[in-house]
Amino acid sequence: MTSLRILVPIKRVIDYAIKPRVNATKTAVMTSGVKMSMNPFDELSIEESVRLRERNGDAVQDILAFSAGPAKAADTLRTAMAMGADRALLVELDEKRPEEIDLEPLAVAKLLREVVRQEGCNMVICGKQSIDDDSGQTGQMLAGLLGWGQATQAAKVEVQGSEVVVTKEVDGGEEVVRVKLPAVVTTDLRLNEPWGFPISCQRRYATLPNIMKAKKKPMEKKTLADFNVEFRKRLETVEVVEPPPRQGGGKVDSVDGLISRLKELGAI
Amino acid sequence: MTPTRLITRAIRRPGLIVPPFCRPVLLRLSGQRFSATESHRQITTTATTANSQKKEVRLTAESYPSIERDARFAKLTSEDVAHFRSICPVLSAESDDLEAFNTDWMRKYRGQTRLVLKPKSTANVSEILKYCNSRSLAVVPQGGNTGLVGGSVPIYDEIVVSMNSMSNIRSFDPVSGILICDAGVVLETADNYLAGQGHIFPLDLGAKGSCHVAGNVATNAGGLRLLRYGSLHGTVLGVEAVLPDGTIMNDLSTLRKNNTGYDLKQLFIGSEGTLGIITAVSIICPPRPNVQNVAFFGVNTFEKVLEAFIRAKRELGEILSAFELMDGTSQRCVAQVTGKTRPLAGEETKFYVLVETSGSNKEHDDDKIDKFLMALIEDETIVNGVLAQDETQQRNLWSWREGIPEVLGHWGGVYKYDVSIPLKELYSLVEDVKARLIEHGLLGEDKTVVDVVGFGHMGDGNLHLNIPVRSYDSRVEQILEPFVYEWIQKRKGSISAEHGLGVAKREYVQYSRGETELGIMRSLKNHFDPVWPAPVPIRASCC
Repeated sequence: MTSLRILVPIKRVIDYAIKPRVNATKTAVMTSGVKMSMNPFDELSIEESVRLRERNGDAVQDILAFSAGPAKAADTLRTAMAMGADRALLVELDEKRPEEIDLEPLAVAKLLREVVRQEGCNMVICGKQSIDDDSGQTGQMLAGLLGWGQATQAAKVEVQGSEVVVTKEVDGGEEVVRVKLPAVVTTDLRLNEPWGFPISCQRRYATLPNIMKAKKKPMEKKTLADFNVEFRKRLETVEVVEPPPRQGGGKVDSVDGLISRLKELGAI
Repeated sequence: MTPTRLITRAIRRPGLIVPPFCRPVLLRLSGQRFSATESHRQITTTATTANSQKKEVRLTAESYPSIERDARFAKLTSEDVAHFRSICPVLSAESDDLEAFNTDWMRKYRGQTRLVLKPKSTANVSEILKYCNSRSLAVVPQGGNTGLVGGSVPIYDEIVVSMNSMSNIRSFDPVSGILICDAGVVLETADNYLAGQGHIFPLDLGAKGSCHVAGNVATNAGGLRLLRYGSLHGTVLGVEAVLPDGTIMNDLSTLRKNNTGYDLKQLFIGSEGTLGIITAVSIICPPRPNVQNVAFFGVNTFEKVLEAFIRAKRELGEILSAFELMDGTSQRCVAQVTGKTRPLAGEETKFYVLVETSGSNKEHDDDKIDKFLMALIEDETIVNGVLAQDETQQRNLWSWREGIPEVLGHWGGVYKYDVSIPLKELYSLVEDVKARLIEHGLLGEDKTVVDVVGFGHMGDGNLHLNIPVRSYDSRVEQILEPFVYEWIQKRKGSISAEHGLGVAKREYVQYSRGETELGIMRSLKNHFDPVWPAPVPIRASCC
């Protein structure tokens, strides 16, 4: 089969087990002093890359973990390398420059296109979305910019010769698509999880020997200035608000009371 | 994680009534129930049944025929009820369902109270006890009712004094970190309040959503943060309590240093309600750590576990917040029952350890735990290990420790012991019990006993010895008792590390306390409760 050079983009986001809070000016979610971790969909991507190597051996030549973020995103990349990525590339964003904060999906896709070209990757496995802005656009935009095929929301990935066969969950069943390499694959929650288990239940932990190895793996650092890409913001955030609090339920005294209440609400 | 509801208060029997130690009936301790630690749901010695919920709970009076109702206690009259109604809200068996007050949350103990009092103030509690004292009515203080030893529910017809309605936080000083709150504040409520102030309650346990702060104090709950913040004997600065005759003892100090005579509040901490009802506490609360790390590793021998523990204390220093021991059997049980993939791949080791750090500076903490773990693995003190990379992984790793008690009930029942043993011999008890059960032909795939499991708070010298069984069997009980208690006595350990005595352990207290100490306890009880002097010394029953 075609030998694979896989790029896995990773984003450092608020830990998904933490409840996000909106700042006082309603312009953004507060991130200072909040626990940050790898975007869970990106974890799936790393895990799947490592499993591809476990299944296909030497055919997977290289797994490159990439992130564009603050200096601390280096920790997240170390985690990716402890999970099995071979090396990492960090584009360090200057948090003092507003245009570098919260890169939009199109900017990220353009950046990734440059990385793919420079590093000679022929497969990108990325999360279908990041859990902070939930845009869900980067993978598709990247495929468009590169002119590659794409298979989104993957629940199962198999490389067959020069093609990738991807099973995706759709309403009422599964859809299987076949795409020629090079290709972009975006990952969905069921990927590499046994059915029925919540996300992360079966994800691999970073073992101590692998954490040690990860410290010795190469991590290259660059800045946006190293890429000839236009990062202009095209979106304006109007307001960030929390969802309305849940309304408390009411109590009924009897089964009859319940039935009449349900009828009142038009539920039965 | 954690437990209960707890609560307590003190006094049980208060007033009069009941002497503390033991007395049958009516006296019991208080309730606190809760337990801390072992996780939450457990019982202590005895067994729990997997589907106990469905069955009616047996009356404690039937399960413990040796505990008789003391005839000196008066029976409740309608005049009494009318008097109590003039003091505070009342629930009576005639018009209300008192099941929740009569039964403990493990559904192991059931009393027969006809009356529940819900005082709203310390003055109410004082009036209640004064009246009970004059009328010789037995009382059981009840907090969140989360204890594991049957201390917070009545045995016979004791009046339940529920502290549920005394639930105000009285004050918090952000400079000193001292919190003063009513007895009935739920632990989680107090901790959430403190979180908003950047502080943390120095106690955490599985029952935190139900247990009351004063119940924790009355039972001297241990829990998950003891290694880091010490026991309540150190963090509680003051106690306000109502004595059996209705006298209010206001020792609600906010001083860290106060060497002016005997430290009276200490008597109430862990008294299980036998000396009075705690109505408020002041407690010093440390700043809340905002960075945590959780590591989980496998170790092949107990000697190496001890070595890792010594090094954790030395190298992690002030950020070490938990060092939990689990044996290989416990982890095999969790994997088998839950079907989850084990955190460590490769060959099973004899022991597993969970280490948690809590601090204020991520880089600093990461660096420390990293160096600690790497050194352990390089010199082969530990065989393998993992470090959680995010909150979810931390919780998952904790579930391998906290999920043990629940999982052990899977086969039918569990005999549970919560004991303190000098660290060097901590695990020998498990091995000796297992050898003994095998020797008597009771352990095996087709035998009554599934296996013998040991886990617990290594940092506190506290072992939970659990013996999952396919059914309860008196042959097993005879092999276990008094063997376990005698074994602990020989090592000068404690038969109840953090669960208290309650009803469950009162008969065994002499294995951990000598006659002289029991005598002093009895005279203390007599001092606080002269109308009902401590019972006759047999079986000590203290507390």
